[in-house]
Amino acid sequence: MQAGRTVTRAVAVPMARDWRGLLLISPTLVYALTMLAAPLALLIIMSLWTQDVIEIRRTISLDNYRQVFTEPLYRVLMARSLLIAGVVTLVTVLLAYPIAYFVAFYGGKRRGMWLLLITIPFWTSYLVRIFLWKVILGYNGVLNSGLLGLGLIDQPLTFILYNANAVVITLAHAWAPFAILPLYVSLSRIDHSLLEAARDLGDGPVRRFLRITLPLSMPGLIAAVLIVFIPTVGDYVTPRLLGGTDGLMIANMIEVQFGKANNAPLGAALATSAMLIVASVALLFLWLNQRSLRRVG
Amino acid sequence: MSNQPIIQVRDVAKYYGDEPALAGVSLDIMAGEFFSLLGPSGCGKTTLLRMISGFDVPDRGSISIDGVDMAGVPPNRRPTNMVFQSYAIFPHLSVAQNVAYGLKRLRLGRVETKRRVEEALALVALEGYGGRQPHELSGGQRQRVALARALVMQPKVLLLDEPMSALDKKLREQMQTELRRLQRAVGITFVLVTHDQEEALLMSDRIAVMFNGSIAQLDSPEGMYRRPVSRQVASFIGMMNFLRADIASIDPSGATVNIEALGSALLPGVSVGKPGSATIGIRPEMLTMLYGDHATAERVFRGKIVDTEYYGDLTLYQVRIDDTATVVTVSMRNTAGRPILQAGDRTRIGWGAESLVLLDPLESAK
Repeated sequence: MQAGRTVTRAVAVPMARDWRGLLLISPTLVYALTMLAAPLALLIIMSLWTQDVIEIRRTISLDNYRQVFTEPLYRVLMARSLLIAGVVTLVTVLLAYPIAYFVAFYGGKRRGMWLLLITIPFWTSYLVRIFLWKVILGYNGVLNSGLLGLGLIDQPLTFILYNANAVVITLAHAWAPFAILPLYVSLSRIDHSLLEAARDLGDGPVRRFLRITLPLSMPGLIAAVLIVFIPTVGDYVTPRLLGGTDGLMIANMIEVQFGKANNAPLGAALATSAMLIVASVALLFLWLNQRSLRRVG
Repeated sequence: MSNQPIIQVRDVAKYYGDEPALAGVSLDIMAGEFFSLLGPSGCGKTTLLRMISGFDVPDRGSISIDGVDMAGVPPNRRPTNMVFQSYAIFPHLSVAQNVAYGLKRLRLGRVETKRRVEEALALVALEGYGGRQPHELSGGQRQRVALARALVMQPKVLLLDEPMSALDKKLREQMQTELRRLQRAVGITFVLVTHDQEEALLMSDRIAVMFNGSIAQLDSPEGMYRRPVSRQVASFIGMMNFLRADIASIDPSGATVNIEALGSALLPGVSVGKPGSATIGIRPEMLTMLYGDHATAERVFRGKIVDTEYYGDLTLYQVRIDDTATVVTVSMRNTAGRPILQAGDRTRIGWGAESLVLLDPLESAK
């Protein structure tokens, strides 16, 4: 009898916990289902339909995808998006790493203050920051007039606005805190005695960094790369406002398809394809990270 | 062990603000010996160890290792290796990669590196563990990896910073014995920092007891236990009864002292100090409880037991000496047939003058 009662309890308690758990996350679950899963499913279904002048034909076909992967324009835009996102990621992480390193290792009691200062750019709207970069980088902008005034250049620089460079500069600045924070977290977790042990075993500063600090901060580095890379591929405001014609990216084309071109199914196919490509790049990174963690040393 | 000093510390001082962490320490550590720096936390023992390893720089004085002055030599270029208190095992590397870490820079080649790693792992009884990840190891195994990683470098001196403090009692005792065996086997000079006096006594050839940034006494374990120079050292190493005393006279045969509650005694061979007040120390195991009326000793006093602490293998009695307020601790082994006496029982205690230690002459007992 005693045993029987114990068994029922052992089954009943986790069940009750499961239900309570579901209840706890239900608002979030409803949100996730209606705002993320459902639209995603709709998008994928729509990408299989076809736009027939003003009507949408609801027969399943892969025509849109064929167009996406064969038309040179879409391929160029996709490649450019990946390239710009790659460069933005590289620049952002290269700039963020030393800052995160400094705060984690030399921040001392002022770590909190440094982190607060790093988030200051967020106190203004992203759009306002883009316009500020326009003011800085423009033909008669702060940078050009400053350099002209100093006599360092005779002609205003034009390669810094309305092209891919402007997009890279603006996004690298905008994403910096997002990259600094995960890097800071993983760097500040490194036990200093590990660095002393490496030193004790004969490593100078460079080897110590490459063999201990860098591999141990890899999770933060990968997080930073993904956090910057994924939204950048799909960014649409910055290229629209600062990119000119050379700086347009895939998201701008998706917007065109849903809007002016009135071809929502093609837009959906472009969006789905972009998502798939970004997802595969992300998975590749995660896989590389695990492999590097195993093989470092 | 040889008589060649491998480490020479000369008047080394370090200040944090105005507080001296080390106030001018000098000592020689001999090649091949097991040397311990013993003291309470904050006494400067770890600071001294970190200066030998190069992680801290002295404000004054010099340290030389194997005849070479170490001023300006960074830790990565010193012939020392360290076992850290936290072990500092690299979490992203396997056991074998951890042990091979320092060898990589030496470019010994794959075969030689592998051979040395396996040799080092065998030395610490971790054969076949090379492929394990650090998180799969127990505390004791992690410590062995840390040892192997340092020993594989064949350092002239191995520095150990409280290596046992993270282990539980049983494992600690086992590792103490093993570390001692290992040191004898490899013949490398070991410098151990510890706050555990038993550990220091058990493992060391010589011990330096440190208080407030200075060495209070440097001696063999036996010398340290039998002839502590001060009340501070005596109370840090083992248990000790302290009694107030007056040095009545000092002549070639020894010092005559009047001890509270015990009376007058001649300390043979004691010639330090001047007539005046002092402290006399006597270890609890040097006081013998006399069972039966016929048992006798060189000197005897009577008393009443006020408390009994039973430890299994031995019993500690608190005994108030008759006609005084003085309470002394007496330690008795619980050998066969010996009864355990209880509080309130009367007893006779035997003692001898040769087991008395004269401490801090000219300083009154506190």
